[in-house]
Amino acid sequence: MPPPPDTSLDLTALRLDDALALLRHDGRPGAQQAGESPAAYLQRVIDDLCELSLKDPLTGLGNRRHFLSVLERAIETVARSGDSMLLLLLDIDHFKSINDAHGHLAGDQVLQAVAACLAGCVRPMDTVARYGGEEFAVILPNCRPLFGRAVAERIRQTIAALDIAAAPLLNVKVTVSIGGAYAPEWVRSTAELWIERADLQLYRAKAAGRNQVHLEQPQELAVSAEEKGLLFDALDLGEAAAADPDTRVNA
Amino acid sequence: MNDVVSPSTPAQHADKVPLKPLGKVLAVTSGKGGVGKTFVSANLAAALVKRGYKVLVLDADLGLANLDVVLNLYPKITLHDVFTGKAKLEDAILPAPGGFSVLLAGSGMVEYSRLTPEVRGEFLRIMEGLVPHYDVVLLDTGAGISDVVLFAVSLASEVLMVATPEPTSLTDAYATIKVLVGQQQRQTVRVIVNQAARPGSGAAITRQLQQVLDRFVVTEPGRGVKLVHLGDIPVDAEVRQAIMRRQLLMQAVPGCPAGQAILQIAGTLQKDVIPRP
Repeated sequence: MPPPPDTSLDLTALRLDDALALLRHDGRPGAQQAGESPAAYLQRVIDDLCELSLKDPLTGLGNRRHFLSVLERAIETVARSGDSMLLLLLDIDHFKSINDAHGHLAGDQVLQAVAACLAGCVRPMDTVARYGGEEFAVILPNCRPLFGRAVAERIRQTIAALDIAAAPLLNVKVTVSIGGAYAPEWVRSTAELWIERADLQLYRAKAAGRNQVHLEQPQELAVSAEEKGLLFDALDLGEAAAADPDTRVNA
Repeated sequence: MNDVVSPSTPAQHADKVPLKPLGKVLAVTSGKGGVGKTFVSANLAAALVKRGYKVLVLDADLGLANLDVVLNLYPKITLHDVFTGKAKLEDAILPAPGGFSVLLAGSGMVEYSRLTPEVRGEFLRIMEGLVPHYDVVLLDTGAGISDVVLFAVSLASEVLMVATPEPTSLTDAYATIKVLVGQQQRQTVRVIVNQAARPGSGAAITRQLQQVLDRFVVTEPGRGVKLVHLGDIPVDAEVRQAIMRRQLLMQAVPGCPAGQAILQIAGTLQKDVIPRP
């Protein structure tokens, strides 16, 4: 019989310094607490690190990694439940000019203010993340098409109304452009395709003059009179032929 | 085709929708009822059998199934019993005239005409059990764009849209294709024109559908839908007689014009869609 594996945990054998420094920097207790077992301590360090790895350090929102993992899960949910789920991508208009005019610290203040505002605009079940430099993403599960535009508009207007203290004696106002797309219900899409569709709408919002919301229109199911008219053109062909006794088959 | 999809572990997969349409599953659907969908499913199945395929037709029109009527089969055990756990899948599969197998919905399926997660789960489980055993599974779906129909169609790798040259049939076929493009990102839909006035008139109808789709259904570049005209089934008095006698046309009068047309459609499928292994 081989000896049972050694399950004891020798913390001194682990190099935790970098991990603990990261956690302390984030304002978390790093060191082992009194009465904390080695396993519980290690678990806490791992959990905290995981949490940290999903957070954007500047704004405290979820980062791109967090966003993508939530989006992947959202796709699974939609494919199974047929829920109506909306993805919004937001971009701060003319952000570069704030950085250029007032410096990066002022830019950071703007990012933080917009992030806090965004987080306050949505429901607890929604996910807000910093997607890129001045770009944010919001995932809204269970969001009916009727309400999607209202939510996006509320976000746009709330941010436009913000008076952001970007630096001492410097208050700035910003606007955002918002693009959005719904997940195709009952169908398993990919995160890439979904983001691409929302991004296209964001591009349209920018191109149309910024500070506005563009949502992908749910598929138009109705068939217009014009479409019908064109469809029936073919029918006339067929019926003209059917009316010609020489070409009829057993009719 | 549906978008293919993120990998998942086998354990996760068990309770999920399929990652992509199952292979060699053909959905026979239509925009409007009464255009001969079930007639086409049954006779096309028989024609595919003649070409050497092992074929199963599944009555996927859960609410308003009538494959049993067309085939004149009234089994004791149906899909309903499989859904409710009263019978095993293999016991519900019957040999049909024409040499293929059928899985009939049976009465009592009206309660499954709403697409609940349970119905989806059962349906998926049944499909996963069936598909490996046949060369071709034909899904005789309902008409239109109800969620059950769209779900059944989403399980198929190919869509065969049956339409007749009538205004309402065309409009509904067009609307259904629009939905399939929008919801399932279908890139190919194969069209069968039933009751065509004369050979060739169906192809014109498919061309026209394509033109209107190209003009009104906006998709991203390169992602548009392509209609493929699979064939016409001409108006033929033999069809009506076979239906009234509740016989398969393929068995009663395979040589009639409509029978020949269906054989030809099977040939095209063999060439383009389901080459023999």
